[in-house]
This record gives sequence, structure tokens and C-alpha cells, in this order.
Amino acid sequence: MVRVLINVPKKAHRGEVIEIKVLISHPMESGQRRNEMGQPIPRDIIHSFRCTYNNQVVLEAELFPAVAANPFLSFFAVAEDTGTIVFAFTDDHGTEQVERAAIVIE
Amino acid sequence: MSVVTRRATLGALAMPFVARAAHAATGRVVVIGGGFGGASVARALHAGAPSLQVTLVEAQSTYIACPFSNHVIAGLRPIEAQIFDLSGVGRAGVTVVQAMATGVDPVAKTVSLQGRPTLSYDRLVLSPGVDLNDAALPGYSEAAAQIMPHAWKAGAQTLLLRAQLEAMPDGGVVVMSAPANPYRCPPGPYERASLIAHYLKTRKPRSKLILLDAKDAFSKQKLFQQAWAALYPGLLEWVSLSDGGKVTSVDPANMTLTTDFNVQKADVANVIPPQRAGAIAALAGVADRSGWCPVDPITFASKLQPDIHVIGDAAIAGAMPKSAFAANAQAKVCAAAIIRALDGATPGEPRLLNTCYSLVAPGYGISVAGVYRPVAGVLTDIDGAGGSSPLDAPPDMRAAEAGYGEAWFRAITAEAFG
Repeated sequence: MVRVLINVPKKAHRGEVIEIKVLISHPMESGQRRNEMGQPIPRDIIHSFRCTYNNQVVLEAELFPAVAANPFLSFFAVAEDTGTIVFAFTDDHGTEQVERAAIVIE
Repeated sequence: MSVVTRRATLGALAMPFVARAAHAATGRVVVIGGGFGGASVARALHAGAPSLQVTLVEAQSTYIACPFSNHVIAGLRPIEAQIFDLSGVGRAGVTVVQAMATGVDPVAKTVSLQGRPTLSYDRLVLSPGVDLNDAALPGYSEAAAQIMPHAWKAGAQTLLLRAQLEAMPDGGVVVMSAPANPYRCPPGPYERASLIAHYLKTRKPRSKLILLDAKDAFSKQKLFQQAWAALYPGLLEWVSLSDGGKVTSVDPANMTLTTDFNVQKADVANVIPPQRAGAIAALAGVADRSGWCPVDPITFASKLQPDIHVIGDAAIAGAMPKSAFAANAQAKVCAAAIIRALDGATPGEPRLLNTCYSLVAPGYGISVAGVYRPVAGVLTDIDGAGGSSPLDAPPDMRAAEAGYGEAWFRAITAEAFG
């Protein structure tokens, strides 16, 4: 489990464009570096990210070794219904982590 | 790097390496900006080639030094100890003109002054320091700085932040905001946080200091964090970029600072905004789109206007930090290069030095030193030269370094302004 910061407005009006921000604390080790012994440091990155809003895909992204440590994603969605925004991402070990944020439509 | 080497450094400071041999160089050199860089370059030019006509232009009658101004904020030093003037530079043979420079014509080679006749130059040196780039931080402005002081230019702002800390009740929350690189004095926000924490610990122990940072790494980080854990546990909280620490806007009316993930309420807010080269740099056409000034690292000649040199915080000096020490070192290199160029000679490849002392509590000093040389047109850290205070130093070494810091301040201000 890595630490994730999420910013989703708690409340929004129907039809409002909302900004969603996600910061994942992850080293994003590129696989290109070597350690002090000269051995290659194995690649360890988050390679895929998916955000859904009430099961509808808002953003799907592939991430590559050139992405810096602690990736910060910021994107927009249209607020439609009260529900849950789900963030799922997978690292090179195949581990998937899922985070959720609730939104209420007024 | 050993403490003995530091002492040698301080000794070397007093003797500019611009040789005092008689140079035949003649010509008019105008320097704009009477801070550490400007005062040092004007003196070094005159000392290195007394036949030069050297004119120093500065708008203010006194100069209030930024190094050690964090001590003033924490109540450890009077502001009077920070105040210098240019009379010593005048006595050294430089013509000092107190006026605001309002424009530069790089083709006619003239500097226009407010309420004074225009000056002509053969070479111009700009050492304008930094301006605050308020537009880069929504909600911040000159008016906002009266409520949420930056105190990043020493003087009234320093005293305002000091007064706000004194007026704050015990149990209050002080919030600092540190900008992304580059900015004046890379370790400055962390020394300030340390000394504010010291003030709170000794005077208002139920208070808290939150340092919101647009960076994940900073100068002397391990030394600062070790000291914070030992001296200020539970009192000083550093929120890094990856912890969501980047401040994206401020609201002085509500005393809040907004990050990407949070809204932080403050009783006292010290907002250090993004910065850029002092305004005259853009007027002279030597600042690029970054707001800073690209220079040749051998001569400090502008890459945009070859007869104008830029030194100090305004210059893009590669790995060299924006510090008073760096400005002084660059001033000597720049002066030597100008004298050689006016003599029709080619300047030699320089080595530049920077040392930076920070105080984390009274009697607890830490330092970092670097040596730099041009590599492929960029000032680059020489591997293995310089270094920082050891992490496992005994208390008497921390106390000694606090003393060396004070000796450094006396030496550099004497050299620039004395």
C-alpha cells in the first residue's frame, strides 16, 4: 500500500465541471539506474491508472518510466449523480491498489 | 570538509583575487545594484584597475542585508546589525549615485536614471537581486504581503513578521510557504523555520509551525531534519511536495493557504512567493522567459546582451546557489573578466566558491560549501570539493560553526561595504 492524496469536491451541482487531483507517493524507479555496487536497480513503476465515477470510466492512463517520482494527476469530470469516484492503479509487481472518494450532488 | 578549511576560506575572503597590479584598462563601467554583488564588483573593478571610471547606481540610501535577517525574526538580533550603506564603497574610489535606474539602452550603451542625467558605459554590470513574482501565486500581492509577510527582502517585512510572531497568542499556528526552485537563498526557509520554532519553543510552547513546501528535497536537508527531530519534535511539521505541500493560492482576508489537497488556516502566515530577477534585468533585455538571466560562466556576460554582465541572485549560475557569498564570488570573477577584456586579453577559466551557514538554534550552526567551474558553458559542482557539516558532529562543532557563521557575516559585509 502506498500513500495516496485525493482531492474530489465533497459536494457539487449537477452538470458542474469538477477538478479531480490525485498524488500517489511512489518512487517510480525507472530501471535505468544502478546502485552503488553497479548493479541495475529493477524497474518499479505504477504502469496503469484508472478513474471511474459510478462505474463509468473518467480517465484511463498508461504511465511510463519517464514519469517522475510521486506522480500527480489532475483532470476534470462532469458531476452527474451522487456516488463514488474510484481510483485504481497497478504497479510492476502486479499489485492493484484501490482508493475511493464520495461525492454528493445537490 | 574540515573546519580548518573554513577558517582558511574566511581569510581568503578578505583578499580579492583580482590582482592589485596596475592595469592599463580604461573605460567607464556602470554597476546597477548596491547589494553584496554590486558593492563587491564595483570595489573589485576599482581595486583591479584604478584607471577605470566605476559608477555604482543604487536607489536606496541604506542596504539591509538578508543573511542573518532570520535571526532578527526570531528576536536573536537587532535589525540595526543588518544595516549597511555605500559610503565605504565611495571612499574606496567608486562614484556612488543614489538614484533609481529606470532603463537601459544596450545599443547606445546608456542607463537612464530617475531625476538624474543619463549615464554612458562601456560595460554595464547588473546586480539587481530578486523581485517577488506575485503573479505566480494567486491571491498574493504587495497588499497581501502586509498581512502575510514574505520577509524575503530584509527591512520592514522582517520587522512585520517579527511583530506578528510577538503578537500571536501561545497555542497559535504559524504557517510558512516555501517556493519551488530557483529562489534566493535555498536553505533560507529552513533556517527561518528552525529559528521561528526556537522562538515558539522558548516563548510560546503550545504553538505549532507548519512549513508547506513546493519541493521534496532542499539544501542541508538531512542536517535540518536531524536538528528538527532533536530540538523541535511535535512543534515543526514539514509538509513536502509529495505530501501535498505545494501552496497554490493564498487568501489574506481569511488567513488561509490552499494546497492541492488541503486548506490551511494560519494565525501568522509567512508566504515566500516565487521570484525572478530584479525588474531592471527585464528592462535591459537580459532576462529570458524564465525571468532569470542566462550568462557566460567565465565572464558573467549576458548571453542576450554581450556588453552587459549579470551577477548575483538574478543570474542563472548553474549549480551555484543564489546567495550573498555566491554574488561576492561572481563579482570578483566578473570584475577580473571585464578588466582583462578592456585590456584586450582573454579571461581565464574561473573557480568559484560558495559557503552557506545556517543556524538551527542559538549555538547550533550547520554549513554547506561548494566549489564550481564552468563545464560546457554551465557552472558545475566540482565533485569531491566542498561538502557539508557531518551528521554526527558533537555539540562543540555545532557551536563552533555558529561562530564561524557570525565571522563570515562580519567578513563579507566588511569586504562589500566596509
